[in-house]
Amino acid sequence: MATAVQSRTAKRPRSALWGRVLLYVVCIFIAILFLFPIVWSAISSVKPPKEASAAPPTFLPSQIDFANYGKLDDYGRGVWSYVGNSVITAIITVIGSTVLSTLAGYGFARFNFPMKNIAFVLILATLMIPFQSILIPLFLILTGLRLQNTLFGLALVYITFQLPFGVFIMRNTFASVPREIEEAALLDGCTPLTMLYRVMFALVRPGIITVGIYAFLNSWNEFLAALIFMTKEANFTLPILLTSVRSGYYGAIDWGALQAGLMVSIVPCVVIFLLLQRYYVGGLTGGAIKG
Amino acid sequence: MGLAAFRTSSNKQGDSGAGASVGRRYVGLFFTLPAIIFTLVFFILPLGMTIFMSLHKWSLMGEHNFIGIQNYIDLLTRDSQFWNSLWFTTRYTLLITPAIFIIAFLLALLVNLPLRMIGVFRTIYFLPAVIGLGTSSLLWVWLLNDRVGAINAILKLLGLVDRPIIWLADPNYVMIAIIVSIVWKTVGFTMILLLTGMQAIPAELYESARVDGANYWEQLRYIMLPLMRRTFALALVLSVIGSYLAFDQFFIMTAGGPQNQTISVVYWIYKKSFTDFNLGYGASMSIVLLVILVVLSVIQMWLLRDDTTY
Repeated sequence: MATAVQSRTAKRPRSALWGRVLLYVVCIFIAILFLFPIVWSAISSVKPPKEASAAPPTFLPSQIDFANYGKLDDYGRGVWSYVGNSVITAIITVIGSTVLSTLAGYGFARFNFPMKNIAFVLILATLMIPFQSILIPLFLILTGLRLQNTLFGLALVYITFQLPFGVFIMRNTFASVPREIEEAALLDGCTPLTMLYRVMFALVRPGIITVGIYAFLNSWNEFLAALIFMTKEANFTLPILLTSVRSGYYGAIDWGALQAGLMVSIVPCVVIFLLLQRYYVGGLTGGAIKG
Repeated sequence: MGLAAFRTSSNKQGDSGAGASVGRRYVGLFFTLPAIIFTLVFFILPLGMTIFMSLHKWSLMGEHNFIGIQNYIDLLTRDSQFWNSLWFTTRYTLLITPAIFIIAFLLALLVNLPLRMIGVFRTIYFLPAVIGLGTSSLLWVWLLNDRVGAINAILKLLGLVDRPIIWLADPNYVMIAIIVSIVWKTVGFTMILLLTGMQAIPAELYESARVDGANYWEQLRYIMLPLMRRTFALALVLSVIGSYLAFDQFFIMTAGGPQNQTISVVYWIYKKSFTDFNLGYGASMSIVLLVILVVLSVIQMWLLRDDTTY
């Protein structure tokens, strides 16, 4: 095989080499287009505040200065308090989505029970309905449960939005575990719950991580539901707060603070994605193509 | 051999054991119940309530009286902004869907090439997709700004414009500006989706075509494209639905302006419901939007249905 490829390239080394170089140039050019907005924002966020708002913009900072990040403390109760809100909401959403999806995925993959198919279709069918169309009554339901304006209430809604994807992924993950493992454990006297905890948990961990990443990103980034449900400024999540930094009811737009705020919002997503990319893309293919 | 014997015997045992025990009949229900309850309380119930509310005049305080289909009549006959929004959202969808599709397909072809380090480029092109839409909208508000924004500075540097373009407030430029920002944010997602479809095609099919003398473009035309119909259908449905539900970018980047030209349907529902507090009316618009989306998805799935099995 190797010799075949070599002989082919040897026949026309020039054109093949130049074709390769050209492709890399194209790749790099496109990469610059995609990276530019994020990198430019990162660079600008560490400019001294005056340079960050300079018109026209300057290129590199004259010195590295974190004053823009410091200024984030002046917005509302200080940006870190809203970062805290977003973190709390994301943690509840991640724990809730992974636990509910794992339990349900196990139930659907391994047990027969009355109305099983109806229940499964019911959960998956919610994928067809855009959540935007049910936000009005959800607002009333949360009010009825006295959960309006609470991070917990917002997280409950986010968990529900994650369920069709999560249950689907976890059911497939459990279904791919060989039955022999459970049967051996059953002979050892495991109950279904201890089986799930002691035996299955380790085997389905990739699925759980996938569900967790999507839950985190969707909760961290969600805008419309948070905008509607969180009417008190103290409970704003980060995306809502950033909009008010922009929209100017704090006066003129502070571009330096905005760039710093954007970085605070972007960096966790990028880091989590880069660390757990494998699981993220696995979720995309498992959830999308097979479905 | 011994293993196979063990497998069949234990399988039989497991099945009969499950059937015999009565308690085991409900074990599965126990595991799935929390997810079912969440779906009922926070999805099915509000869906039913949306239909119920759409038949009422319903204020934020909760007073409501039944008015039949009056909301729908008002919506279809009196609300010119609803029609403007529907038309605007449709136009936006018709422009952005082909843009995303063509660029995503070309990128997928590129990152599917057997080049060293191509995985790095794949990751880079996908990166904006993990950022929030709200965050990326704000990022583009800054990039597109006429005074401090990089886009105008670059265009000026290249000598393409004399004076900065006020992208988001100029009726001639607002659509293209938003489309560029959304393509940047979402095209990587569609790229990965299409790439997965490409890689799912068995390599032998290409190989036998190559033996028959098919070049790259012929393989593309006669093998890849036909076999990717299901993937195209999925990506198309996701893109059209996503565009019809657009809100964040218009709320953040243009606030519906200039001259109320960029008020999408969801934005108009939001305004009617949570600025004018006419919840029943908002609910009736939600139902109309829902019906439109379901019809569109069904049509697309039917158009791109896949009869081939491979």
